[in-house]
Amino acid sequence: MTTEAATKAAGTAPAGGNGRFATGSRLERVLKAGHFAVTGEIGPPQSSKSEKIIEYAELLKGVTDGQNLTDNQTAIVRLCSMAAAVHVKQAGGDPIMQMTARDRNRIAIQADILGAASLGIHNLVCLTGDHQTFGNHPGARNVHDIDSIQMVQMVRAMRDEKKFQCGQEMKSDEPRMFVGAAENPFGDPFEFRVRRLAKKVAAGAEFIQTQCVFDLNRFEQFMKMVRDEGLDEKVYILAGLTPAKSAKALQYMQTVPGMRVPDELIKRVAGAADQKAEGVKVAVEMIQAFREIKGVKGVHIMAIAWESIVPEIVEKAGLLPRPRVA
Amino acid sequence: MIVAEPKPIAEVAELIKAGRHVLVVGCGECVTVCQAGGEKEVEILASALRIQWKIEGLTGTIDTQTLVRQCEPEYVVELAKKAKNADIILSLGCGVGVQFIAEAYSDKWVVPGLNTTFGGGMVKAGLWEERCGFCGDCVLHLTGGICPIIRCSKSILNGPCGGSQDGHCEINKEISCAWQLIYDRLKALGRLKLLDVVQPPKNWRTARDGGPRKFVKLEAMIE
Repeated sequence: MTTEAATKAAGTAPAGGNGRFATGSRLERVLKAGHFAVTGEIGPPQSSKSEKIIEYAELLKGVTDGQNLTDNQTAIVRLCSMAAAVHVKQAGGDPIMQMTARDRNRIAIQADILGAASLGIHNLVCLTGDHQTFGNHPGARNVHDIDSIQMVQMVRAMRDEKKFQCGQEMKSDEPRMFVGAAENPFGDPFEFRVRRLAKKVAAGAEFIQTQCVFDLNRFEQFMKMVRDEGLDEKVYILAGLTPAKSAKALQYMQTVPGMRVPDELIKRVAGAADQKAEGVKVAVEMIQAFREIKGVKGVHIMAIAWESIVPEIVEKAGLLPRPRVA
Repeated sequence: MIVAEPKPIAEVAELIKAGRHVLVVGCGECVTVCQAGGEKEVEILASALRIQWKIEGLTGTIDTQTLVRQCEPEYVVELAKKAKNADIILSLGCGVGVQFIAEAYSDKWVVPGLNTTFGGGMVKAGLWEERCGFCGDCVLHLTGGICPIIRCSKSILNGPCGGSQDGHCEINKEISCAWQLIYDRLKALGRLKLLDVVQPPKNWRTARDGGPRKFVKLEAMIE
């Protein structure tokens, strides 16, 4: 797809699909109906045991509109995101499969997209992927045949033009994925992040889940730049949220590349009598703040190692019950 | 230029252990410039190995020769006389040199004394940095003369990724984010518009992904 064609496609109703909707995604329906969307995240285990995935899917399915399945996050080998997505689907959830460009070339990515679509997965988030030196196989070779923006473009062309990346036509049954990407408002160069987001939108991204927001001021600045570019009208932006159990957890996140955690926030949680309760309070306030920011269409809750807290946060934020969509 | 660094001496000693007549071969090109495999390094290494053999009570000869270039057959033939007596040839050339010697002296056991690391240059005395990934399809006109293929840890063409912070790459604060450098340079030159274009997937056939490469210049061929 050309950049121009992609911009057009991203801004208007996508061709094909079932009537008003391009895909079978619940998230697409929730967003297009104008609801403030809630998505959650499940990190698959470092084993072949599916129980936790199913348990978290049960926990999240009623309180979120889609559940991300991470793809070997931080480059640690885990049960694959496609199989995890199938477990979530079977448990009654609406999986959002993540796919990084780190471990697969364009052949494997397209094959996995076809496979995922054949298993009833309707959402895909295209990512560059954390560098393998973070993980448990630092000696691995990385792939990066294509980048996340090119992946977005590729999957949109597969869906809307029934074309493989090589240009060859798909004979039938194109994968109908609702296509997402990530953006980090806290990465640098800050003034270029929005311009790069515009490239993702031009490539065909339909929704964006941001890196977790702790620094609300910077996020507000980012969203203002998003609106100035008119991007909030072209893509659904879900603000990332990570509830923190403790000040220690926040301190750790402060050291993660690409994250910005204000010292005042750490001080606030550290000073609370009940740090966990304070963490919930912060999360709820954050969601309320997101809802006030023009252009933010939902929240993506990444409750790493604290999945059980999600229903309480969603409820306290006044986001229950989740809308019913056809 | 090709940048290479010496293998640890213990590893080199192990590689030549089975030999009684070792020929250490230097190269007068890139590895002389990066001070890894020129005449000086060849003589120093040979002396060190002789001392080690002496300490260990090993007997034999360690001879030396430095060629103008190891990556050209017309210079490699100059080794013939000394190679005849050697049972192991230790090349301090880059990986190309080692292979040209092995091809020319097919009955000899040829081992590498260097680790060939990258295509780069000296940024200041004693410091060499990688600059070229040899992808076979240069994009430097799109990126302000800064290569994203080799200087971005993820080789992305539409960067920077979300791990770029304060000018550093996510993998290490010692590494500059190539896309920050690209951004800064294009901004300074008033050419940021170049970055608004979604760069399509690269055709990696011109890189090693397409198999071993050849460069043919017909007019330079004698036959």
